[in-house]
Parts: sequence; structure tokens; C-alpha cells
Amino acid sequence: MSKNKQLSVSAIQNGTVIDHIPAQNLFKVINILSLDKINNQITFGSNLESQKLGHKAIIKIADKFFRDDEINRIALVAPHAKLNIIKDYEVVEKKTVNVPDDFTGIVRCVNPKCVTNHEKIAQKFYVVDKASVSLKCHYCEKITDEEHMEFL
Amino acid sequence: MKNKSLVSINDLTKDEILKVLDLAEEFAENPNQRILDGKVVATLFFEPSTRTRLSFESAVNRLGGRVIGFSEASSTSVSKGESLKDTILTVANYSDLIVMRHPIEGSARYASEVSGVPIINAGDGANQHPTQTLLDLFSIRKTQGKLDDLNIFLVGDLKYGRTVHSLLMAMSHFNASFTFVAPKELQMPNEYKMFLKEKGLKFTEQTDLNENLDKADIIYMTRVQRERFSDPMEYEKVKNVYVLRNHMLENTKPGMRVLHPLPRVNEIHTDVDPNPQAYYFTQALNGVYTRMAIMALILGLK
Ligand SMILES: [Zn+2]
Repeated sequence: MSKNKQLSVSAIQNGTVIDHIPAQNLFKVINILSLDKINNQITFGSNLESQKLGHKAIIKIADKFFRDDEINRIALVAPHAKLNIIKDYEVVEKKTVNVPDDFTGIVRCVNPKCVTNHEKIAQKFYVVDKASVSLKCHYCEKITDEEHMEFL
Repeated sequence: MKNKSLVSINDLTKDEILKVLDLAEEFAENPNQRILDGKVVATLFFEPSTRTRLSFESAVNRLGGRVIGFSEASSTSVSKGESLKDTILTVANYSDLIVMRHPIEGSARYASEVSGVPIINAGDGANQHPTQTLLDLFSIRKTQGKLDDLNIFLVGDLKYGRTVHSLLMAMSHFNASFTFVAPKELQMPNEYKMFLKEKGLKFTEQTDLNENLDKADIIYMTRVQRERFSDPMEYEKVKNVYVLRNHMLENTKPGMRVLHPLPRVNEIHTDVDPNPQAYYFTQALNGVYTRMAIMALILGLK
């Protein structure tokens, strides 16, 4: 059983495996990490069976190692993601993601009158509640909650 | 505060607030000091607010400074599609300080990040208007002789009213207790009630303006606007309920004062105006002194 799972996405020699991504958020993760803009070899699988998530997705990026602040940005869409750092086909480190205290981009401010929806500027948020993920806009000071979160 | 922008009342510490009020007091006693001689203050009003603009311009003039700017966006390059950033960068070249009012929320914070000179937020949509809050605090301290341990009645539109939210945040430094008087549809949002609970500050809520007025040190009135109601019938029901009449003040504390950010429509009946407890016009005058103090501190002249 576990062998079959391994086979659904081919192994990498060096790089990062991001596992336990909710399947419906796979492309958001790709977007947030700008994986569509890099030249590394990337393989992904989606709609894999997962006891925890129902359907999960997995991404393998060859020769790419993320800084914590880079990878924590996906916590908004994949809070249970698990990272395996691979060196020479071996898992040398396991990591989980943490919801950051603040971040730029990723989410649109819910307030239609917010300056970030009118001028060409990067959104910036403070995470005021990590459990329910509610975000306070640095500019208009309004709260964007999980229900109204729209990803860029 | 020197060289720093003033965007939100939440940017100021308690000490900084008190420093502004002390200096405003000094200007109230001696308003004509030419300490802004040779300085240029830009007043950029992307939406009209004659009252606020004149208050700032009066403050600059009394301090001997010069004013450039515009009172509405339609006569400027903004109406030709210039970005806010470009307008601010340009005007920053011409001035030592920018006072800005803009209908877009967060615009002042953004301007403060691109501008080479400090920005004073004179209102960014429904978000912040910190100089209003500071003049409210000045008025409260002036009439009560202190800011600590007061009972503040906030009346009217407590859901959308930015002035009452900012006043609540600022008064939370001073162990205030609050009474919220509002129709069901316009009650104080939960986030502010949670904030008070966390700080251990007392508040009560009531829908009837006639109740408990004898306990108030300050009655802060705001407008209940028709457009805030999803159901016009609800507005018709409450529109005359939140009107302060002189006879309602009969049993209030003699030192109690009625405040209002102005302009008023009908929420304070004109029969209150001759009552010495009516303070709203003096409150507007205090705005000039408070704005003098803010500008002097930011320009490092005091
Ligand atoms: Zn915003």
C-alpha cells in the first residue's frame, strides 16, 4: 500500500517534497511559491487518497530548498503541509509549516474601498488570529477572515 | 513624533498623546507663535471637507507657515488619472509636511510609505481621522480637568462611526468606562467590546437615550444616517429616538459636557445650544490648537 503511494509521484535525488496539501489548494500553493516561474524540475500529484484530508496533493521540486519564511506563506492554504528535505534520495529533514505573524501578497483585502484594491501596491497583512486565520490589513485596518479570503 | 507621520491614533503611545495635549494647551493660551515661519504645509483634499481643511489652514497660518494644496480632486492631475504615489512624490518636493484627506481607506498609510515628508491623515474614508480623536481628547481633558476614570456615553451610529471607535481606543489608555447608546442595527462591533474586556474596562449597552444620563461625564453624540439601514422602516423608527433635547439634560452632572464631531444634522436639537453643557462649538475651536501642536511636534519645532 505504502509502496503504491510512493510510486504515484516519482522520487527525486535532491530537493523538497511538500506533502499533505489539500487537493483543491494545489494550484494556490504553486502560485504562492511561484513554482510556475522557476526552471527546476517539478512533479506533482493530486487527488491522492489521504486519511486526514480526504484528497491530498503532493509536490516534488528538484534542487530547491525553501527558507522558513518562504514556506510559511503556504500555511494559509495548506496548514497541515509536511515538508521532506531530500538529499541523495534520503529524507534528511522533516518540517511543518507555521502561520506567519505577517506577510505580503497572497490574499486580496476584503475591503473594496481599500487602497490595495485601487493602487498598484502589494497587500500586507498581520495575522491577528492564527487558529481561525483572520488577517488585519496593514493599510485599511479591516479584518479579512477565512470565509472571505480570496487568493491572488 | 519628530519626522513621523500621523496615520492612525493607534500609532501613538499614551505619553505621545499627553504630549500633544500639553502643547495644544500652550497654544490655546498663546495661539500666535510664528514657529512655522518659512515652512510650507500642503493640504491635499482628494475629497472636500471644508471644516477640517480650514481648521488645518488656520493652524498653519497662526503659526506663520504657508499653505499650498487643493480642496477637491477634480481640479487636479488626479482627475487625469495620476496615481496617488505620483501625486504624493511630487507634492513632497514642494512642502515640509503633507496633510491629506482621501476617500480610499489605507491611502494615508500608503502615502506615508512613499512620501519623503511626514503625512498627517485628515481622514481616509471610514478608517482613521486621528487629529479628530486628539481634539476630542483635548476637549474632554479641558472640560473635566482630567482624562482618567471618566464615564463616556457614545451615542448614535456606533457600528460604522470611525470617530467613536478611535475615541474608544484612545480613552482605553485612561481607565474609562463606556455606555453605548445605539439602535439594534448600529451597535458597537464585537471586536471593540472584546478589546475592552481584555483591557478590563467596563461598558454597558442600552438602546434608550433617556436612561442613565445622570451618570455621564461626557455625552458624545454622532449622526444616525439613513443610508446605514438596510430596511428604511427601521430608520424611520429610530430617527427621532437619538435626538438630544435640552430637557433630557435636567438631571445630569453639572460638569457633564455634550460633544459632537460636527457637522450636526438634527441629532442635537438647537434648544441644547444655549446650555453651558453644550461644548461642540468650542470643541471645533480646540481642533485648531490640537492641529498646531501636532504639526509643531512632527516638524520638530517644539
Ligand atoms: Zn485593506
